[in-house]
Amino acid sequence: MKSKSLIDRIWELFASVRLAIVIFALISLTSIIGTIIEQRAESAKNIQVLSKLFGENHAQGLYNVFEKLGFMDMYHSWWFIVLLVLFSVNIVICSLDRLPRIWRLVKEPIGPLSEETLKKFPIKREITLKGKPDKVKDAVTDAIKNAGFSFTESKEDGGYQFFYQKGNYSRLGVYVTHFSILVIFLGAIIGVLFGFKGHLSLPEGSVSDVAYSDRSNEPRPLGFKIKCDNFDVEFYGKSDMPKEYKSWLTIIKDGREVFKKSIEVNDPLTYNGITFYQSNYGLISERLGRGILILRLVSSDGKSSDISLRLGDTFEIPGTSFSGKIIDFSPALSIDEGGHAFTYSGQMNNPAVFIDFSESGKHKYSGWILKRYPDTWQLPEGYRVEFLDYWGVEYTGLQVRKDPGVWIVYLGCITISIGLFITFFMSHRKIWVRIAEEKNNTKVLVGATTNKNRGALERKIDRIISLLGKKQEGDK
Amino acid sequence: MESSVFFGLSTIAYILAMIIYIIYLAFKKSQIGITATAVTIIGFISQTLAIILRWKEFADFSQMGFLRSAPLTNLYESLIFFVWCLILGYLVIEFKFKNRSFGAFVTPIAGMALAFIDLSGMSKEIQPLVPALQSNWLLAHVMMSFIAYAAFSLSFSTGLMYLIVKTEKKNEGSYIFWSVTLGIFIAVLIAMGIDLLNFRVMVKPEEFIKSYMFKTSFLNPSPPVKIISWVSMAIIIFVIWRYGAVLKAVITKFNIAPDILDEITYKSIAIGFPIFTLGGLIFGAIWADQAWGVYWSWDPKETWSLITWFFYAFYLHGRMIRGWRGKKVAIVAVLGFVAVIFTYLGVNLLLSGLHSYGEI
Repeated sequence: MKSKSLIDRIWELFASVRLAIVIFALISLTSIIGTIIEQRAESAKNIQVLSKLFGENHAQGLYNVFEKLGFMDMYHSWWFIVLLVLFSVNIVICSLDRLPRIWRLVKEPIGPLSEETLKKFPIKREITLKGKPDKVKDAVTDAIKNAGFSFTESKEDGGYQFFYQKGNYSRLGVYVTHFSILVIFLGAIIGVLFGFKGHLSLPEGSVSDVAYSDRSNEPRPLGFKIKCDNFDVEFYGKSDMPKEYKSWLTIIKDGREVFKKSIEVNDPLTYNGITFYQSNYGLISERLGRGILILRLVSSDGKSSDISLRLGDTFEIPGTSFSGKIIDFSPALSIDEGGHAFTYSGQMNNPAVFIDFSESGKHKYSGWILKRYPDTWQLPEGYRVEFLDYWGVEYTGLQVRKDPGVWIVYLGCITISIGLFITFFMSHRKIWVRIAEEKNNTKVLVGATTNKNRGALERKIDRIISLLGKKQEGDK
Repeated sequence: MESSVFFGLSTIAYILAMIIYIIYLAFKKSQIGITATAVTIIGFISQTLAIILRWKEFADFSQMGFLRSAPLTNLYESLIFFVWCLILGYLVIEFKFKNRSFGAFVTPIAGMALAFIDLSGMSKEIQPLVPALQSNWLLAHVMMSFIAYAAFSLSFSTGLMYLIVKTEKKNEGSYIFWSVTLGIFIAVLIAMGIDLLNFRVMVKPEEFIKSYMFKTSFLNPSPPVKIISWVSMAIIIFVIWRYGAVLKAVITKFNIAPDILDEITYKSIAIGFPIFTLGGLIFGAIWADQAWGVYWSWDPKETWSLITWFFYAFYLHGRMIRGWRGKKVAIVAVLGFVAVIFTYLGVNLLLSGLHSYGEI
């Protein structure tokens, strides 16, 4: 016997389902470790996890071992990438190895078969009809058509044979599926090589021409400028649960505003292939006292005007001698049991402003006006002080992404869906119907094969037989 | 009309159907069988109405539009939808295989699950959604994931039944496998049941899972309770192992052929797998891309979904290419569902990540 060459052996190894199983298992097992060890986290966090699982004595040692092996960022480690490459090679070789055989099955023309062969088929049915083949032929073809098969006819000794195959190309569905996985990988690789994953915290009113890389925190030029015009959070009812947060962004190129859009979670902005996602938000505490308060003053006859103020500024209700002075601001006002106001959160959850009101220079009263509670806007004199915004103290947290491979990934997702549909819901069916004379009657023999969903085909064939049976009864 | 009225109606219908299915199995009269099916269908229709009504209630409450208000956002709603999928799957099997024997198994699970959800005082409050969940993908992603979960749970039960019927010796590997799996499964269900009854506070699934699950039993702060819980689990496993023959006799009595069990296991996976791939993995990826700009971030939930996907891919390749049948693949089907449960609950219980804010 000729000994196999090395290449043949490697080919056989990669063409085996066994290797596929080993790779499945390795990817799964290492991934499980990757879900237990928090990826790219602070080391203290994972040492704590490990000491919970294996005791404090071993935690540090185990951590060192795992870190050496790259488990702290394992999905980007060289050996995990090797596993993914092996997985891809396995898919390619497995497919190529089986392709010639499958292709033969797809291309194989269907022709008449002998009675003996038909009788050996896993699916077969027989029925005897009165009359010679030429007489019952039309009834048989009608029944086959009725069951949804078109067919080729051939004349043979003492009878006819009808045969039909359908869905031979459905055998290739599995190739579409496997190929799609490679397409998705290709898209992912393009994303890694030519894409960018970054973030940017942009205070209200600020402009930036860079974003910061998620991995290295290095700034990276965008090629244009982005400005946050405004940021706002809407809450559910009186709760502190955010319903929606929104940033109003402007893209500036060559000193001109070229694009404006408000974004929220699930609704990003894309410009020049770079996409900005609403991610988080926060308060810039050192700016807290320096924000701009925007109020709408409404006099008793309904006339209104908007004004911008800073802490310590005064304003006058138009057409009156009624004035207010901004004394204090709280981003999240609450009242304790003793009736004292205090700030309960580091976020701008309930902005409030404390105003001293005077008429003709004489102090009248003072109080808090809250942005989220319009009933605090109404003054006893019939004037209204609407709290529109406290601007310039919040930042919007944006995720910044550039991924030229994402469309290839989506394409792969579409084709994998098609491939799976073909693989699981379509089958290659072959059916033969042989009618032959037997003692002045006609024996009908049906044989069929399918690579999937045998039950459904059997039901169809039973339908042909029952149609013929009924026809027989009717003729009597 | 309130949705809870219809939920109550469907609970009663499913329990009634269980009784009729058992009578049918005893007397084998086809009229009784048809009645059982009819009662199940009535229960199913009223549950469908209940889900639609709750959907409408949520849409009116949240003002986010109909598509974004699918009632699939907390444990209460997801369990109800799971029961709905289970009954639908059962009805399909009944019509396809012309076999009513499973009815006596499935309807009590459905009825008891609904009654349990009701009794446990699980929060039925309609809750607002965090911004990340406000997406049209919610409906497609969660609904398809759950349809796949239901299909996988069917394959789990038929796979397990197959193993029960097909194993003889108590020291046989597959016998030990199924008795231990079933024992753990029952012990965990009982423990979760006790938790729900004990705490009755259930605000949100992630809060329950993180702070309360197994706290009455396996994770109880008091060592004696902890020990008793683990010992009880061992006893349950032992009893099932010792008296497995009784279970086998019951299933055999119900006149279910092992071949049908094997085929239903395969068919459920063959339907669940593509739905899971499209709805769970692909739609999930598209949604993540829209919300965070990354379609895949190796977040624990994603990774576990992928592991689940590998399990079922393994099952399908083993069956289709290697021609594996019977016990070998049944074990894979059962293990696959363990991965499903971990993806659904375990990740939220033990691990953290993007989905930890209460995605289901």
